[in-house]
Amino acid sequence: MELLRFATAGSVDDGKSTLIGRLLYDSKAIFEDQLDAVERTSLERGDAYTNLALLTDGLRAEREQGITIDVAYRYFATPKRKFIIADTPGHIQYTRNMVTGASTADLALVLIDARNGVVEQSRRHAFLASLLGIPHLVVCVNKMDLVDWSEERFEEIKAEFRSFAMKLDVHDLTFIPVSALHGDNVVERSATMPWYEGSSLLHHLEEVHIASDRNLIDARFPVQYVIRPQDQSSHALHDYRGYAGTVAGGVLKPGDEVVVLPSGLTTTIAAIDTADGPVAEAFAPMAVTVRLADDLDVSRGDMICRVRNRPHVGQDVDAMVCWLTAESGLRPGAKLAIKHTTRWGRALVKDLQYRLDINTLHRDEAAGSLTLNEIGRVRLRTTVPLFFDEYRRNRTTGSFVLVDEAANNTVGAGIILGPTEMA
Amino acid sequence: MPSSTYELTHLQALEAEAIHIIREVAAEFERPVLLFSGGKDSAVMLHLAVKAFAPARMPFPVMHVDTGHNFPEVIEYRDRRVAEAGLRLVVASVQDAIDAGTVVEETGPRASRNRLQIVPLLDAIGEHRFDAVFGGARRDEEKARAKERVFSFRDEFGQWDPKNQRPELWSLYNGRHRRGEHIRVFPLSNWTELDIWQYVATEGVPLPPIYFAHTRRVFERDGMLLAESPWVTLLDGEEIEDRTVRFRTVGDATCTGAVESRASDVEAIIAEIAVTRITERGATRADDRISEAGMEDRKREGYF
Ligand SMILES: Nc1nc2c(ncn2[C@@H]2O[C@H](COP(=O)(O)OP(=O)(O)O)[C@@H](O)[C@H]2O)c(=O)[nH]1
Repeated sequence: MELLRFATAGSVDDGKSTLIGRLLYDSKAIFEDQLDAVERTSLERGDAYTNLALLTDGLRAEREQGITIDVAYRYFATPKRKFIIADTPGHIQYTRNMVTGASTADLALVLIDARNGVVEQSRRHAFLASLLGIPHLVVCVNKMDLVDWSEERFEEIKAEFRSFAMKLDVHDLTFIPVSALHGDNVVERSATMPWYEGSSLLHHLEEVHIASDRNLIDARFPVQYVIRPQDQSSHALHDYRGYAGTVAGGVLKPGDEVVVLPSGLTTTIAAIDTADGPVAEAFAPMAVTVRLADDLDVSRGDMICRVRNRPHVGQDVDAMVCWLTAESGLRPGAKLAIKHTTRWGRALVKDLQYRLDINTLHRDEAAGSLTLNEIGRVRLRTTVPLFFDEYRRNRTTGSFVLVDEAANNTVGAGIILGPTEMA
Repeated sequence: MPSSTYELTHLQALEAEAIHIIREVAAEFERPVLLFSGGKDSAVMLHLAVKAFAPARMPFPVMHVDTGHNFPEVIEYRDRRVAEAGLRLVVASVQDAIDAGTVVEETGPRASRNRLQIVPLLDAIGEHRFDAVFGGARRDEEKARAKERVFSFRDEFGQWDPKNQRPELWSLYNGRHRRGEHIRVFPLSNWTELDIWQYVATEGVPLPPIYFAHTRRVFERDGMLLAESPWVTLLDGEEIEDRTVRFRTVGDATCTGAVESRASDVEAIIAEIAVTRITERGATRADDRISEAGMEDRKREGYF
């Protein structure tokens, strides 16, 4: 059984919580005691029906304010797949939460209220999904019951959304007309919309092909931890030296000729170990231990890759950065800690090239800073060389986070566009 | 192992993610510790931690926060596992804390020592200067946990601030902290109860015998079956009887309920869970029923 991670976003009242509640409920991921609690709370609040939306509201503040303020993770499984939902709030003031939820998603689910059609928020959600490199986008046109299950209305929304999405990096776009409240086209195909010939949402989630989304071409192995048993009792173990890590791209095999960065020394892979024994090949996101044929000096933060397929190596990168904190802003001249794969360094913000209006995609080149939830293109200089790829090619070697060196909190999310072109 | 289609099963993906997290901690922290209660989640976590560093030994100790109200089978299991893996065990004792007067025993027939674990846990973290503490909590267990980060920051009082959590993106974990602060780390965040059991089955992870159906002297209270033990006093109308039961979690023996079950091996348990309609906490943990926000409040104070 495969694992699919998807992120949801929708404007307030589009019916996102109801839709997720329905998926969980109909796939039997909701337990009776949880349902009892929700029924009790619904009654206390005077809701006219069992409010499935309550199933997905976590923290007390959210219950009180009746809104979703953070990323909440939900789990359910069908006989075909296991699903992890990153449930994120849709309002612009929670862009950082959406970016967080989207960072690991295979698929994004955007909700549109059929009565309102494509609104500013829908465009923003689609843009964020494409910026974060989510390979599959599903648009659920919800509340079809309130537009008389109208095919015409559905087609209208589709056309409008498509014309906008053409400007984005969206590869796989699917539209599904649903009624989250009544369950139409959520789990089962609905008889109320015979004109719709596609699959139900759940069926689509079960079938969408994700295995080929991963990069299987560019072998990348950031060394995470050096394993040295130093066991005096056994000769074999005494000399054991393995490089533990998670494959970030491509396929590694024993016998592969590899280069270790930054040293540039070449060797071959002697073996790929796991606790269950050696394996013939390793690919993302397997966690393995690589042994090399030669005794090189390799440590955490180094990168093992193929001799003829190397990442960019450099200290100057161009990136889109989403700013995640209200406590400070991102300004040229700022110095921050940076974490990229298994490497920490420091980064200097050399330039803020523009701030992007994420509703209109307008570029403001006069902007002097990025504040909470703002996204802009920056140029960074780092103290240590990074071994990176364009985010479009590899979401692991193409991403980084920025951390405030005094407060230690995570303040920026970075998506690498490429090495800075030196004039 | 995966074939040439380059797909992982969900258990392989979850295992890889957990091992990545555990190695990240070993690489970036000076003094990690792994909380080990002998329960199935911590058993799986220990199993993963051992795998993460093979063939070397797991490079940090384990800690048990001991309520003193234990099922003897669980303590025996704990000691056996620790010895097999060649690990050091740190015990933070609730009884010692009561004796030293740092916590006060609850009174009344429904008294439990679950909440009392917070002080000895935080004291032990301070005393041993642990900077990363692995917990086996899963996000599917409880609503407040659904939002907890994998690397969850604790201030110098051990407190969790749900409104002020660090954003966590990709698999880039930020464990930076000052002296006296620490990070709770939850490698099983994305696992469900069913995943745990499936993993126990495929990996043959050993568990204490109380997880499997056995005959036990129990009594009914608040719709739960509680075990007879030296620490509980029966209330009027409560009667001890023999039933065939198993436990779905292990905790303070005075408030961990059993469920009637004939599932005597992992396969039978998985079959049972697949059709169960009650969450494990709702069914078997009296302490979580206190209020809707019970867990959130305890977590803020420094609970697991
Ligand atoms: N008629 C109708 N109402 C819906 C549908 N989906 C959601 N709603 C209602 O829309 C309101 C907002 O839904 P909710 O799920 O809380 O929206 P959220 O803010 O996006 O999570 C609630 O009153 C729902 O009952 C639908 O398909 N049809």
